This record gives sequence, structure tokens and C-alpha cells, in this order.
Amino acid sequence: MATLNSKIPDGPIAEKWTNYKAHQKLVNPANKRKLDIIVVGTGLAGASLAASLGELGFKVKVFCYQDSPRRAHSIAAQGGINAAKNYQNDGDTVYRLFYDTVKGGDYRAREANVYRLAEVSNNIIDQCVAQGVPFAREYGGLLANRSFGGALVSRTFYARGQTGQQLLLGAYSALSRQIKKGNVELFTRSEMQDLVLIDGKARGIITRNLITGKLERHFGHTVALATGGYGNVFFLSTNAMGSNGSAAWQAYKKGAFFANPAFVQIHPTCIPVHGDYQSKLTLMSESLRNDGRIWVPKNIEDAEKIRKGEIQPKDIAEEDRDYYLERRYPAFGNLVPRDVASRAAKERCDAGYGVGTGKAVFLDFEDAIKRLGRDAIEARYGNLFQMYEKINDTNPYETPMMIYPAIHYTMGGTWVDYELMSTIPGLFVLGEANFSDHGANRLGASALMQGLADGYFVAPYTIQNYLADEILVPRMSTDLPEFDEAEKAVQDRLNKLISINGKYSVDHFHKKLGHIMWDHVGMARTKEGLEEGIQMIRELKKEFWKELKVPGSLDELNNELEKAGRVADFLEIGELMAMDALNRNESCGGHFREEYKTEEGEALRDDKNYTYVSAWEYKGPDQEPVLHKEPLTFEAIKVQQRNYKK
Amino acid sequence: MDLTLKVWRQKNNKAKGKFVEYKIKNISKDSSFLEMMDILNEQLIEEGVEPVAFDHDCREGICGMCSLYINGRPHGPDEAVTVCQLHMRKFNDGDTIVIEPWRAKAFPLIKDLMVDRSAFDTIIQAGGYVSVNTGGVPDANSIPIERDKAELSMDAAACIGCGACVAACKNASAMLFVSAKVSQLNLLPQGKAEAKLRVEAMVKEMDDLGFGNCTNTGACEAECPKEISLTNIARLNRNFYAAKLS
Repeated sequence: MATLNSKIPDGPIAEKWTNYKAHQKLVNPANKRKLDIIVVGTGLAGASLAASLGELGFKVKVFCYQDSPRRAHSIAAQGGINAAKNYQNDGDTVYRLFYDTVKGGDYRAREANVYRLAEVSNNIIDQCVAQGVPFAREYGGLLANRSFGGALVSRTFYARGQTGQQLLLGAYSALSRQIKKGNVELFTRSEMQDLVLIDGKARGIITRNLITGKLERHFGHTVALATGGYGNVFFLSTNAMGSNGSAAWQAYKKGAFFANPAFVQIHPTCIPVHGDYQSKLTLMSESLRNDGRIWVPKNIEDAEKIRKGEIQPKDIAEEDRDYYLERRYPAFGNLVPRDVASRAAKERCDAGYGVGTGKAVFLDFEDAIKRLGRDAIEARYGNLFQMYEKINDTNPYETPMMIYPAIHYTMGGTWVDYELMSTIPGLFVLGEANFSDHGANRLGASALMQGLADGYFVAPYTIQNYLADEILVPRMSTDLPEFDEAEKAVQDRLNKLISINGKYSVDHFHKKLGHIMWDHVGMARTKEGLEEGIQMIRELKKEFWKELKVPGSLDELNNELEKAGRVADFLEIGELMAMDALNRNESCGGHFREEYKTEEGEALRDDKNYTYVSAWEYKGPDQEPVLHKEPLTFEAIKVQQRNYKK
Repeated sequence: MDLTLKVWRQKNNKAKGKFVEYKIKNISKDSSFLEMMDILNEQLIEEGVEPVAFDHDCREGICGMCSLYINGRPHGPDEAVTVCQLHMRKFNDGDTIVIEPWRAKAFPLIKDLMVDRSAFDTIIQAGGYVSVNTGGVPDANSIPIERDKAELSMDAAACIGCGACVAACKNASAMLFVSAKVSQLNLLPQGKAEAKLRVEAMVKEMDDLGFGNCTNTGACEAECPKEISLTNIARLNRNFYAAKLS
């Protein structure tokens, strides 16, 4: 049975990564050409990994379900990327970025991984600038920074409100260069359907060509998944429509433990839900909280009048507004971490002070426009304001934005050790798809940092350490029985999905699942609610396999079939999330159990009993998964209750 | 609002395509165009008709995947938005809306409203990068860049690669797309070393792939959801001639 060995190198925290690199095994250039590596996903982590491995001389195959690697959802990240450059001379250090990230994650991340992340953050900025990423600059020609939640320094680098786009295009350009050179082979509109294990090691994947419907087999000496998070289990989220958890879930079913599934980030500044037909939620960058002030009416009568449209926000006098984040958290104010800001918004709305549909709060730029002028605000956030206006048909320069929390990111994911290898030998997992760096809550501008850290600067080293022992393994045939078996299982499942011929579309089930997840496994969880949620998910899963209707056939482009496969997995992921949330009898970060809070309503951790990573092992269909615990030890940081008040 | 949709249906690249008319009722003016398409597809599935295939993903106007030609305009009637950010309030009750795929030789049709835009990837592979490997690069602040230059570079880099410029152009030219990438990199000191090679390689690839020539009609700029400026094409031309003459 697989065991949990996090393989954290010895030595003081600041020297672990240096020591690792000094002693790791390497592969000589002639052997690199003989080693095949499969990379699934072309977001920041996947594209940067595939490019870097190609540059080193490995033979790489890279896969994405989109029509181009440039479309992966990393592209939608708006606000920025953190690095401990201390260009602002405001006291930033690698240690401080490490500390903020561990604290922001509510002490549920693995120290050694986070320190390494902070350490390589500076290399990322150097790399991206060298690639021609047009970061924002000061008049002197040097790089500009902005502030983000959960930090007292300005360490966030940005390219207007399109930082993710620019970083991804940088990685995509590096990847494109390797494709041209023949080191990387690209497969677009190609979705992984299963992982192939040979003698217990990850040795390949089965993919479906989304245009022809044909199943294809690919061999790799090692496989790396960089397939993003599972936030779309909620149906409505800020994820792209196609974002899914299926690759990680297939790996889970083949033996890769799944860690902390309950840890989901709910982003405080999204455009509120407005109708049943809605297909996704749009994020408004956290950077807006630099200059925007969040408030609701102080008097419940005013809130009611606003909801009815009898009065406008500008009719409410300054003293009748409740800037509740500034009131509750004077030290960090509007820049508290995301989980704290989200819960505070929910608390006000649940108490009857919400605006709009009742599930919204104001994000107001009036003061900032008075202080800095409209032009300055437009230069900083112009594209975000425009996007808001297109969606909501109101002008945020004149009337405050309305925002509400929405599902945004999953901190949980495939369990990996220090080398980013899962419990399946030879299966590496990077970026949002793994669990390792953000604990129970991710700080803003840290997802881009982690994706690129894993892809440019961590996995190219650790994968090499693994492959050094594989140089004598010849390329394997995809006619081996293991490939036959995996392909047959995929074929059977697809046949089943398309032949149910029931009454309801995939979206019907997906929306139902989303409601169950939001109500029972959402922002505020309880023991009873979770137990009920698990039952409801199980019922829905049964119904799905009886009543699903997928039109079209298998051997053609079939969007409904693609969605069906993803939702079949979401139904199982949702159940595991609820089980994990039920197991964790504490509140930490994005995981908030109503039973465990301080008198002031803040999250109350139980460090004595829950300072561990929960890693779930699959035991077969309709079997209870087994929980393994990786204890977390904090040597470089003193564990405290998070305090953003002073 | 109630609408009549005339949608291009085509089984695959080899089949013959045609417009098919659908009626759709009770669409909220606050829904997005693609949400209206979702509702249409749910309706079709219920009726036992195969849903309409169309490309879309982020639905925030940034991934560049959505690509519908609506009433004769790429991304429809609104200014500076992709289809996913187009809202139904731009239409009126009772309207007939014609929905087609991008049409260009270099973008072969896949199914219904989906086309193959991998030619754009091929152009980038020809030279849309700065040739640096991971690691071994100088400190980010060792390369100061004039703020205005950085801003111009960012204006060009905002391109999402959706292909609306090609769809809008009567020649199906990819000049705006290519010029945006060339401008982004050639404006920056990091891109200077390869500036000549880049512009020649990318223009050659564009020509080889069957995109048409630019005749300066400006339709691309008018329809670009990210308002990429024609100035980039002027910059590309200058870079190209300079490369040829040197």
C-alpha cells in the first residue's frame, strides 16, 4: 500500500531546496532524448513545464482540451503575481512571503514547499521579463507593484488587469518555440480519459480526440498533470466552462491520494448571481480592493429601500454606511484575505443588510476617484470597469459596483510530496491540481506564482531526479495489455454514458449538483448539512446514471458527451469534498464549520487534532475511501490564530 | 424577449452546410449571448435534435475561444467585446439573428460554428517569442523600459487570438494578429535581438498558411474585441521593410 512520505529534505528551511538541487540525480543530454514525458494541461504550470523540459532536451508530448494551448484558464487571472523582490524597499523578504503564505493558508500548508515557492518567486519575475511580458512600469522604467490581500507590503507585479493572460502568453511563446524545434509535440482538442500504469508506475494516458471521437494511446516514461482545479463542481464558479477535475480524478482512482478536497476558495469580489439561466460567475480582481471600499447600509431599512430601488446608494449619507471590513479588521481593512472578506459579506447579507438581490454588497470607488482622479482609476482598472459595465449595465465610475463571493479556486488536489510526485510513482502533479502550497486558503496573486514556480523551477528538477533511474527503460509499446485494458474501460464508460438515453441533459444534473454543493458544502458548513449533502449527492449520482440524455454519437465532435464525462466525475468529487469537510471538525481558511468559531465569529482551528493534511485513498466503486494523515510540523513559523485586526 | 435564430449547421468539414431556423422564447435581456445559445441547446436536446456546436470557454472575454459571426459582424453588434460578453439587451424582442462561423480559408470548419484556428499557433511557432531558456536570465529590473514603450507593448499584447480580424477582413488577412505579436516584442529591448528574424519568419508563415493580403480597409481594427490598433500593422510593415533592406 502506498504510504505518505513527504520526502522533505533535511536541514534548515532556507537551505532545503539548495541542498536538494545540489544532491539530486541528473540525466545526461544523450539520455534525455530517449526519455518521453507526457504533460497534460497547458496553463501556467503545464506550458512552463513542457517548455522547460523541451529546452532541456527531453521528448515531450503536451495535451489540452482547448483549440490552442493559449486558451487555458490561467489566462483569466487578472490581478497579479507575487514575488519577494522588495523593489519597493518596504521590508519584503523571502521569509516574509513564506510567512504570509503559510499564515494566509491558516497553517494547513506544508512549510518546506511554501518556503521553496517564496524562494523561486523572484526567478519567475526575471524569467517573464526576459520573455517580453509587458509588466506595468514606473516612469523611471523599473517595474511597478501593487498591494494584495493578506500582506502589508506591495509585492504584486501586474500587467494591467490581464496579468494571467500575459504570463500565460509568455509560457505559451516559450512552448511554441519548443514545438517549432520538435522537442515538444502538441495535441489540442484532446482530453485525457485515463492514466495507464505499468508495474505500478505511471507510463501513459488514454486520450479522446475531441474532433473525431477517436481514443488514442500515448506512452511516457513519466506523466505530469497540470490540469487545474475542480471548482466547477459547484456549476457556477469563476472557472472556465470546460475546467474540470477529471484527470486528477482518474489518477485518484488509479491510486493517487486526493488531499484536502474540502479546501475551496470563495472569492469575495465577483459579480453577483442574477438568474437561473446564468452559466458562470465573473470575477472582479482582488486588486480593486486596493482602492475600492466595501460597504452595506448601516440601517436595515435603508438596505430594504435600496433593494426595492426606492433609493440609490448615493442617497445614503457617509455616517449611515457600514464599511464592515474596515470596522472589523482595522489593520488590514479592505485587504483582509479572501476567506475572511467572503464570510464577512455573507454575514452582512444573511443579517439582512445585502443590496441588489439581497446577496450583494457595494464596492465603492467614490473616495478613490476624489483622491486620485478618474483618469488614475481608469489607468489602473479600466478593463475591469468596462467588463463590469458590459455585464451589469451600470457605470461603476458613477455608482458603486455590486459584488458577492463566488467559487474561485481549489486549494485541495492530488497529494504530492516535496518533489511534486503523487503516491503513484512517476505521476507528478503541478499547479492548482496539487494541494501543497496554499493550505486552507490561498492569498491573492499566489496562484500564478505557484503555477509558474512548479513548471519553470521545481518540476524540471524533480522530474529529472526521477528519470535518472529510468534511463535503461526503453520506450514501451502502446499495444501492451495495460493500454488495452485502460482503453477498453474508457470505451465502456463512454458507451454507457451515451446509451443511458434518459430524460435529462448534462446541465440539468450539473446545476442540481451545484445547488447541493453551494447549500451544503459551501461557505458555511455544518455536520447535519454535510451528512444531508452526501445523501443528496449519492441520490443524484444514481439518477444521473439512469436518466442522463446525451445526443449524438461517440465518433464525432460531441460537446454533450464531453460534459457528461466531466459531470460524472464531479458527482464523485463532490461527495469526497463533503466527506472531507465532515471529517474536519474545525474551521480553517476557506473551510468554515458553523460549530467551530470564536465568539466574534472568526474561524476557530483545532491545532491539536487537525494539524494534518487529509489524504484520501480510493478503494473501489461504492466503497468508503480511506483517510490517511500527513502530520504538518511547523519549525520556522510559530502557529497562531490568524489576526488581521491589529 | 422572443427571437428567431438562423444558425449555420454543418455536420463536419466534408458535409454540406445550411442555415436552420429556430424559435426561442422568454430570453432575459440580462443574459449573455452564449447563455441564450445554452438555452437553445437545452431546448434542442429536449426536442431530440443535436445541439449546436460552438467554441467557448472562459466566458470572461479573455481566452479568445468564442467566435461567432452575428448579423454579419464578428462577435456581434456591441463594441469592443467578445461574444461571451455580448448581452441580449443589445437586441430587441422579435429580432431575427443570423449566426455563422468565422469564414476564412486558413480557418477550416470543424462543425456547425466551430473552426480550426491552429494556423495562429503555427504563426507564433515561427517566431512569436524571445529565444530565452528557463533560468540564466538577468534580474528583472536590470532592463529599464520606458513606461510609454511598455504601455504600447501591452496594448499590442492584449490580443486574445480569437481571429475576429481574419473573419472581418474581406481578404481574410491575419495582419492585425501578426502585427500585434511583432509589435509587442519588437518594441521591447528584450525582443530587439531577434526583431528582423521574427518579422520575416512570421510574415512568411502567415503567407504560407493561406491568409490573404492586407489592403488597409481597417475592418480588423473596427471589429477587434480588444481594440488592437492598425498602427501595429504600420509598425509591422516598417519592421518588415527594414528587415528586407538591411
